[in-house]
Amino acid sequence: MYLQSGAEAVVSLKDGFIVKDRIPKRYRVAELDERIRKERTRAEARLMSDARRCGVPTPIIHDIYGFTIEMEYIDGKPVKYVIDETMCKLMGKLIGRLHSGGIIHGDLTTSNMLYSGDRIYLIDFGLAYVDGSVESRGVDIHVLFQTLESTHPDHEGLIKAFSRGYRITLDMADEVLDRVKEIEKRGRYA
Amino acid sequence: MTTVLGIEGTAWNLSAAIVDEADVIAEVTETYRPKTGGIHPREAAQHHALHASGVIERLLKEYRDKGHSPENIDAIAFSQGPGLGACLRTVATSARALALSLDIPLVGVNHCIGHVEIGRWKTPAFDPVVLYVSGGNSQVLAHRAGKYRIFGETLDIGIGNALDKFARGAGLTHPGGPKVEEYARKATSYVKMPYVVKGMDFSFSGLSTAATDALKDNSLEDVCYSFQENAFAMLVEVTERALGHTGKSEVLLAGGVGANMRLREMLDVMCEDRGATFYVPEKRFMGDNGAMIAYTGLLMFNSGTTLPIENSHVDPSFRPDTVDVTWIADEKEVL
Repeated sequence: MYLQSGAEAVVSLKDGFIVKDRIPKRYRVAELDERIRKERTRAEARLMSDARRCGVPTPIIHDIYGFTIEMEYIDGKPVKYVIDETMCKLMGKLIGRLHSGGIIHGDLTTSNMLYSGDRIYLIDFGLAYVDGSVESRGVDIHVLFQTLESTHPDHEGLIKAFSRGYRITLDMADEVLDRVKEIEKRGRYA
Repeated sequence: MTTVLGIEGTAWNLSAAIVDEADVIAEVTETYRPKTGGIHPREAAQHHALHASGVIERLLKEYRDKGHSPENIDAIAFSQGPGLGACLRTVATSARALALSLDIPLVGVNHCIGHVEIGRWKTPAFDPVVLYVSGGNSQVLAHRAGKYRIFGETLDIGIGNALDKFARGAGLTHPGGPKVEEYARKATSYVKMPYVVKGMDFSFSGLSTAATDALKDNSLEDVCYSFQENAFAMLVEVTERALGHTGKSEVLLAGGVGANMRLREMLDVMCEDRGATFYVPEKRFMGDNGAMIAYTGLLMFNSGTTLPIENSHVDPSFRPDTVDVTWIADEKEVL
């Protein structure tokens, strides 16, 4: 079953597993194209496992081959449909743990989070990378706040709840949240 | 009809032009060419200072010869930044003097936005994702909610600067980009090099150094080719992501490095595969030119933006996303 297609990958459901295939790009030389897809496939799988070790629920990797990752299918609802302040605080705790572990997700939206059995699963680590800087963490959260602002009318309460959770699990949370405000002022879009 | 005289001189090209809504009426350019090495900021500024009055005189003569009177000019636009400080100050001084002597308003133009607007003027592109690549700048821009947002940009040096730096190390003369392109065409194999895309941003200084190192074991042709392949793939990838992110369906190429045919080919293939339309302005409007400053100045002037002389200081790190895009009136107009 075909599920979703982004600029980089096609996602489908096969034998009860999610199958994510990185598609080739004709504009790159084949050698470079294959290298990038291979590296990113491995990096994505590794960061998903690393995130889980930090205490952030992610789908369990079933298999990796070539440019493909097979992973657990999470039977949940995208957080954007069920969001509330309690959930946002939990989200803040999870992202705080992820950032404490030195991981940047790179595409934090409420569509990339699944709510299932009182847990929030973080999915799509396609743009994730390892970085512990305040700037990268700030941009990561800025992207999430923008999603909240553009899709949820009660975003102020949600952002406050997120920040309460984030402060629990990341000791430099205030520095990052101050940077988020600065990034917003810059009008920088990342 | 509004008529604006614009002066560009952020780096090596000093160029002035007079435009109205319909077309470029007159344009005069004096280019600084370093005897050895790359652009020396002080020498470039001295070049601009030496030629500024001559360029303006010749421009006004060309304008008169075409049957116009300088009294028709409504405003003086100048590139306020980003660029080399000394060059910017020289050009700003000329612009202020002109505005005062003709007793007309001054308009401060962001150089990056100048590139975007002349592309929108001279091609059918309406609301594109813009890849702006030059010596000092490398950015992916698009209009959103009253500003040209930067969706991705270089974390260190511009792509043109990276190409020039590598070319100098390889013994090629400035500007290195066109020579690298020429050698790349004769390559026989691809050499592995760094590919650095972080989120939506890219970085070139490591690639430039790696390419210089690779010259020890590989032919100049192969290294030039591989350098281009990696650097341009990084730019095209971020441009494609910006298309996906914004939902826009046009790509506009801007800046001097846009002259590179391999970069154009890669963008064209990417657009074809996504069903997007790719636009490249004619070459005279791609590199730094006076017309782009004059035309953007005209858009700003017509939408009520002028700059009091006392606030007309230059800004060497002027970011395009700080400018209110007053000339694109309503978000709904941008489909």
